Amino acid sequence: MSEASDIRSRQLLTLPAVAVITLFGVLPLLVIVVYSVLKPATYGGVVWQVTPQAYVNFLFQQDIIDDTLHFTTDYLQIFARSTLFAALTTVVCLALGFPTAYFMATRPPGQRNWWILLITIPFWTNLLIRTLAVMLIIRDEGLLNDFLIWLHAIPKPIVILYTDTAIVLGLLYSYLPFMVLPLYASLEKLDFRLVEAGFDLYATRGQVLRRIVLPLTKPGIIAGSLLVFIPALGAYVTPLILGGGRHLLIGDLIAQQFGSGRNWPFGCAQALILMAMVLVALWFYVRNATGRVQHG
Amino acid sequence: MAEVATTPLPNTGFDLRRQPGFGAVAMLCLTILYAPILVLIVYSFNANDLVTRWSGFSMSWYGTALTNAGFYAAARNTLTISLTAMVAATILATLAAVATTRRAPFPGQGAAYMVINLPLMVPEIITAVATLSFFALLAQWFGLSFGIGNLILAHTVFCIPFAYMPIRARLEDMDLTLEHAAADLYATPWATFRRVTLPLLAPGISSGAALAFIVSFDDFTITQLVAGPGQTTLPIFIWSQLRRPITPELNAMCTILLGVSILFVSLSFLIANRRKANP
Repeated sequence: MSEASDIRSRQLLTLPAVAVITLFGVLPLLVIVVYSVLKPATYGGVVWQVTPQAYVNFLFQQDIIDDTLHFTTDYLQIFARSTLFAALTTVVCLALGFPTAYFMATRPPGQRNWWILLITIPFWTNLLIRTLAVMLIIRDEGLLNDFLIWLHAIPKPIVILYTDTAIVLGLLYSYLPFMVLPLYASLEKLDFRLVEAGFDLYATRGQVLRRIVLPLTKPGIIAGSLLVFIPALGAYVTPLILGGGRHLLIGDLIAQQFGSGRNWPFGCAQALILMAMVLVALWFYVRNATGRVQHG
Repeated sequence: MAEVATTPLPNTGFDLRRQPGFGAVAMLCLTILYAPILVLIVYSFNANDLVTRWSGFSMSWYGTALTNAGFYAAARNTLTISLTAMVAATILATLAAVATTRRAPFPGQGAAYMVINLPLMVPEIITAVATLSFFALLAQWFGLSFGIGNLILAHTVFCIPFAYMPIRARLEDMDLTLEHAAADLYATPWATFRRVTLPLLAPGISSGAALAFIVSFDDFTITQLVAGPGQTTLPIFIWSQLRRPITPELNAMCTILLGVSILFVSLSFLIANRRKANP
């Protein structure tokens, strides 16, 4: 087969997958760009009339009586809260995930596969059901409260469900495996000769960890943090079930505009602002993770 | 250099890999990850109708769940969507993976690779509202609706990259020697693909298909926003049950779904691992 026809046939083989994703994955993203500058229709959907209203609404509230605009931080607060929760989740996941991944990577090879399987199973199992499981445990009459009362740690059930604590716990529980797996991939490749050299030069365990292990696994740390931060920022299921609809995050705020809010353009604008935040995070990743993977 | 690496430290009993307390944190993580799921599963076998007070072992809630007409209808919808999306995504991903590995990149391959991986980068809630808006536009402009096909198309899109990854990984472990040998023996490209490449690639394809099936089977966010009336899938059905008092029937339904997910993840994992054991 000639070179040119080989290239052509390989392009043709890739075409169906690319076409399906372009048509039903990329095109919809362009649709929401257009929708975000249209007028909302009364019962959901859009009226084809161009207006920057959706973006103005994000920062300003229109007075119903005299139509003047007042600056409002309502939506900024929800976005800031989501960012804060996502960052907090990332930090706690890292604090728990790094020692776990390190421990896994230093097990004998036979044991490692079992550890990976144990972390992989929650990675793929149904997020809705895992969140429900958390809900059943932290309810007022759930096992956690029963246990604490049995311990005499608390006199009566403490309210956790439908609070910010519940949401952060849920996010942490949902995305912990997303942190452990990339960290493990990075730590598994760690060259322990460098650790040995550190000890030979009279470093303490803490110094070896801080000055050798952590810098060498930076790509894994960044990849894991991103894999937790991005989905946590757009989380929908967690605030829906554990926040009880009262403690909004970006994810359920967006969905609300398509449901009871009946303001599709506003929802599209919020989705695009979220997308911009994700792109900034990805850009940060590309800038920090490329070109400095190899040291040893 | 390699000798240095394999020489063990002499006698001191000093383990240079050990970090104190890390094992305890690892155990804590496993507990955090598994305790809620285990509690959910245990209470699906509870004899009374409370999800938090144990009163004896019973399988009766599974009977109730499996004879629940809503659950049954949702299971049928889910299987229709997941199996179709799995087959479509696996075929498309296999073709793309064969074309984008093991040889010099063709013009446009970088862009194709980016498009294929795009569904992994976009947060689910954005994909969900975008797909919803897109199908609403199709309905408004062209009166076009594929019914449950809307969901199948949406699922196929995000299943493709999940099927693509393991297939591509498997291909990168295979060199082209056998395919060249087949061509030397006058096999047509199609015969070479069917008799040489495909059998060698089978573990990658099964692993990818299993992952595609799970992500479709478990999807809640995108399905919830895109689904029309009567297109209830299992996760949506379980969500709708939350509005009434919770009984262990819900635990039983969740356990059934968890069982399916765990089965497919383990299968995918074991297939991929056997590949590493005997290349």
